[in-house]
Amino acid sequence: MLSGVFHGSILFLVSAGLQVVFGVQKIFNLACGSFYALGAYVGVSAVGWYVGAGGPPALFIAPLAVAGLAVGAVGVPVERGLLRFVYDRDETFQLLLTFAIVLMMEDAIRMTWGTSPRSTSGLYLTYGRVGVLGTTVPVYNLIVIGASLAIAVLIGWLLTRTTFGWIIRASADNREMTEALGVDMRRLHTTVFTLGTALGTLGGALVIPATAAMSEMGIELIVEAFAVVVIGGLGSMRGAFVGALVVGVLRSIAISVYPELEMLLIYLIVIAVLVLRPRGLFGGPPA
Amino acid sequence: MSGRLVLALALGATVLAPLVAPTYHVLLMLPFMAYAVALLGLNLLFGYTGLVSFGHALFLGVGAYTGAFLTSVFKVRSMEVILVAAAALGALVAAPVGALCVRYVKIYFGMLTLAFGMVFYTFVLKFYRLTGGDEGMPFLRPTLLGRSIEGLPKTDYLAGPYYYYSLAVLVLATLVMWRIVHSPFGLCLKTIRDNPTKAETLGIGVARYRWCAFVISAVYAAVGGALLGPPTGNVDPTLAYWTQSGNIVFMTLLGGFASFFGPVLGAFVFIYLQDWVMSVVPFWRLIFGAILAAIVIAAPGGLAGLWVRRPSVEASSS
Repeated sequence: MLSGVFHGSILFLVSAGLQVVFGVQKIFNLACGSFYALGAYVGVSAVGWYVGAGGPPALFIAPLAVAGLAVGAVGVPVERGLLRFVYDRDETFQLLLTFAIVLMMEDAIRMTWGTSPRSTSGLYLTYGRVGVLGTTVPVYNLIVIGASLAIAVLIGWLLTRTTFGWIIRASADNREMTEALGVDMRRLHTTVFTLGTALGTLGGALVIPATAAMSEMGIELIVEAFAVVVIGGLGSMRGAFVGALVVGVLRSIAISVYPELEMLLIYLIVIAVLVLRPRGLFGGPPA
Repeated sequence: MSGRLVLALALGATVLAPLVAPTYHVLLMLPFMAYAVALLGLNLLFGYTGLVSFGHALFLGVGAYTGAFLTSVFKVRSMEVILVAAAALGALVAAPVGALCVRYVKIYFGMLTLAFGMVFYTFVLKFYRLTGGDEGMPFLRPTLLGRSIEGLPKTDYLAGPYYYYSLAVLVLATLVMWRIVHSPFGLCLKTIRDNPTKAETLGIGVARYRWCAFVISAVYAAVGGALLGPPTGNVDPTLAYWTQSGNIVFMTLLGGFASFFGPVLGAFVFIYLQDWVMSVVPFWRLIFGAILAAIVIAAPGGLAGLWVRRPSVEASSS
């Protein structure tokens, strides 16, 4: 159950990145899974370097989070170099362009880090375990769940209480009008895409103590994040939050009850949601 | 050079290839022909109806697993039976799936097809007692036209009888698809792609036509999937993974979705280029990703769009 919530909080970070990009740019970014994988590998390297440099193991989460956020900067060249050319194109081409990024990133990761899985050995349990609701969970999981909640609150605050958030929501509603009101859309697109990328890479970095980084992890995660945003509703932050919890928890329940059903159950729910309520639980009216 | 001449030359070269080309390259033609069949169908949906499926690997998988089940579980070895069964099962699966999917267009259509594709993928992956899980299932050598060809070594079988058999299926599939897209039905599909509202006003049942296109394209994909089995002799779930769906859309775009033969060209270039790139560097995805990005940004018409500025399929038929 709690491992499901842990998985859900990671999923939330990645899907929140997917949502914010979809909200403003109207691009369904298949590459968000690749950014997640990239964050994971950079996280492993950062922690490896940190431990090698003699940093106290108790603080390993700091370089991990910083590295995860910093590598989100790849969003800038990706947006400036590729995505900006297709904003006025058909959705199909936008989707295919992000698929091209998926292909390139997968091999870029293989070239840099090799094909064997990488992990941060032993750091997972640095903070020990603690008993919660009759089971023991690694404290690290609780930290990540807490961090993810904090980020959710932060995003909520950003979107509803700051000028930047108002601009994001305004441009999601009506791009032309926002531009006419004097918002520099080029900068906004780059910023939003980078924000989305950084959420993905941070998610990847945070998951890494609990699991090993593998080159396929990106293309596997994207279909889960996809399930999350469909269940929650495209473009909705609340939807990403609820969807991630639903997918994370259902998956862990299915694994313990009837493992064969694991992802099958989730896709069946996705189909049910798409057929019965294509806008998802929290999706707005179609644009 | 006229299109007809190019086509005749290409067909002639394909017929002669096993006699002159190295066996290795002849064997590469087999997946090309299988994908070409599937892509002809995919393009009926993509190029002609304007719906992009991100889950068509599902039907490749249905076709391939049909063949694997028939040959290794039910001991049915006739390739004709396999192809007919694959087509029938493809249609049977596509009928309800399509009925749900065609209610949506654009991104929602893509997402729903992706979800169905992943349901099938997880099914074959997880129910390993039935499907062999990630190891897949053997696809035993089928008999062609009722003739058992057990005596031949594998490469002779594949580069000889099976090669011509695949070619025959491809030619037949091409002729049928040519008839379909040049029929009133095909014209209706193009109308729906260009202006669904106007099509509806003209009395075309938009949803029904889209559904028909979906089912036909699924049948083609299933036949293509069944053809993919014998060359490898094994069918595994990666064939049905979502990246596979992405790859076949990639092939279509590479060749050019606006032209009838574009997807066939795309499959050919994809297979041979992939083989060549992989022989030079192991990172084919990096290069193919860059190619795909370049096509999407600079040449959405694909190779067929760059190659000759002859009137496209739409222009010549209108």
